[in-house]
Amino acid sequence: MADEGHGLSPEETGMVMTMNDSRTGALAAPPRIGGEGARVVRAGFIPLVDASVLIAAAEFGFAERNGIKLDLVKDVSWANVRDRLAFRQFDIAHMLSPMPVASMLGLGSNPSPTITPFSLGCGGNAITLSTRLFERMMATAGLPETASALENARALALVIADMKARGETLPTLAMTYPFSSHNYEFRYWLAAGGIDPDCDVRLVVVPPPLTSDALAAGAIDGFCVGAPWNMVASERGVGRIVAAKQDIWPSAPEKVVGMRPDWAEAHPETVSRLIVALDEAARWCDRVDNHDALADALADPRYIAAPVQIIRHVLAGEFNLDAKGHRRVIDDYFLFHGGFANYPRPSQALWIYSQMVRWGQADLTPDNARAAASAYRPDLYRAALGDAGAPPDADFRVEGDRDGDRFMDGHVFNAARLEAYVAGFAVRSTRTVSREAGET
Amino acid sequence: MNGGRPVASRTPNPASLSVLVIDENSIRASIIEVGLREAGYDNVTIIDDMNGLARRIMEINPDVIVIDIENPNRDMLESIFQISRAVKRPIAMFVDKSDEDSIVAAVDAGVSAYVVDGLKKERVKPILEMAVSRFNAFSRLQRELAEARSALEERKVIDRAKGILMKMRGLSEEEAFALLRQTAMNEKKKIAEIAQSVVTAAGLLM
Repeated sequence: MADEGHGLSPEETGMVMTMNDSRTGALAAPPRIGGEGARVVRAGFIPLVDASVLIAAAEFGFAERNGIKLDLVKDVSWANVRDRLAFRQFDIAHMLSPMPVASMLGLGSNPSPTITPFSLGCGGNAITLSTRLFERMMATAGLPETASALENARALALVIADMKARGETLPTLAMTYPFSSHNYEFRYWLAAGGIDPDCDVRLVVVPPPLTSDALAAGAIDGFCVGAPWNMVASERGVGRIVAAKQDIWPSAPEKVVGMRPDWAEAHPETVSRLIVALDEAARWCDRVDNHDALADALADPRYIAAPVQIIRHVLAGEFNLDAKGHRRVIDDYFLFHGGFANYPRPSQALWIYSQMVRWGQADLTPDNARAAASAYRPDLYRAALGDAGAPPDADFRVEGDRDGDRFMDGHVFNAARLEAYVAGFAVRSTRTVSREAGET
Repeated sequence: MNGGRPVASRTPNPASLSVLVIDENSIRASIIEVGLREAGYDNVTIIDDMNGLARRIMEINPDVIVIDIENPNRDMLESIFQISRAVKRPIAMFVDKSDEDSIVAAVDAGVSAYVVDGLKKERVKPILEMAVSRFNAFSRLQRELAEARSALEERKVIDRAKGILMKMRGLSEEEAFALLRQTAMNEKKKIAEIAQSVVTAAGLLM
């Protein structure tokens, strides 16, 4: 994209926003974005470690170097993030990977078209159960301390069967949002163990910062949430981490950068520069020798406001599974860039859609599948970073068929066979979505 | 004329709408409740405790839900709408994006709302406007209270500084105050700031 020579001059458009360029003496003058008037990019985020790439882009000069002032605004709920993006209070937002998909399918409370040209990496999620429930799993199933994620899920299934036989109240489990990786990962793990997430447990939503307290108070018996909240609960001794996202499906995209398609269309140069800045920030975040600086920035009250040593452990993938000293190190627990983690793969949007169908949130139709895939925009990623920055395999690849990247139940996802894939799950929702009469 | 409820009456009775206000700040919630009742909404429920929210919503089955935007439990609320078949399915208030001014006013005030699908915009607008104005009034009150508190604190510091100056330099109260004021003018600072440094310095020296 040519960025000057037409349209309004920077003086006419963006100059009111350049008051902050106090450091230009030390750096080369940042390139100007002609005509678009969007040098300041307002970005909403939720205080989580997986907002690292956005935070690093703003804090460590990657945005500025690319001529963008990234104005980060902390928010408290995904619903707010979604609405503020829709109402133009944000230009871009830290979003759950299923949110753009849900918005393109018209699902949820305020669906407004949202796309993503950049994934913020994968990793960070885990499932934590209360220590009481985990002890019962060990007693009931003879579960060893070193059990795998799948063994843990099967043990929970045995406990639930026991609870049903005794007429006890079934466990209440929390996730973060109806259209969240946590919802689908938690359901995937439960179902792999033979537990029906809609009938055998009660799934509720609890805001991430409240999960540890809710577990301690006995209001919930477990949760699936992003870092650092699992470790916060395990180090307090109230919870036991029973599965990490890597156990369920390592490649699952976690958070993405969401934007309105009309905004992206009106500001192609800004979008390109933003993607370049985020790409640089993501590479930086992946480097272990930057983790101390990153952890310090993240721990700041303006961002996550959590203890810096917990954030360091999280970035290193060093898990304290409980407060008794059981530890586990997960390679690439956070992957900010490696393995083309930033590439918005349409086949992964379709995997998310397959889970929406599996759990009765969306109908399976060719139109829906097209809408779901359109939420992920590899064309914008390639326009900014070139084909060299993009993965060599196809946009619609078969998922979960490679060593090191398998689903915990061994299923393989082929977007060309959506219906058979969903039908192949022993545990799935039987409810159909078709809207009730009267709604259009 | 007929015995049934007027379906599309010109001035629908506000009392027929069930309004739920979810706000962990119980004072603000009551302020909104009073406003709504004064405007003729008799069927208003307040929830300021998030425990058992899902069950309460099912019982109340509201037509309109007003919730403060800073409440992280908005995500919980949306999940209840998603999962539960028992409650009416409200949609976010701001679905009508043509009305940008009222959206901005609501977000600035920190109000978010959900409305049962199909409810006429005109019936709901007064509720949102009421909530927005009461939210703003509440913020104003809080600001004024904070200002009053800090004014009181400043007066206390100035009094202490005056006392220190009177004692250490043998000044009268008026002279002590004049000295503080003159120093503040010279240094282009507030009297309270100078007074605070006098108090701090005295604490170090004495």
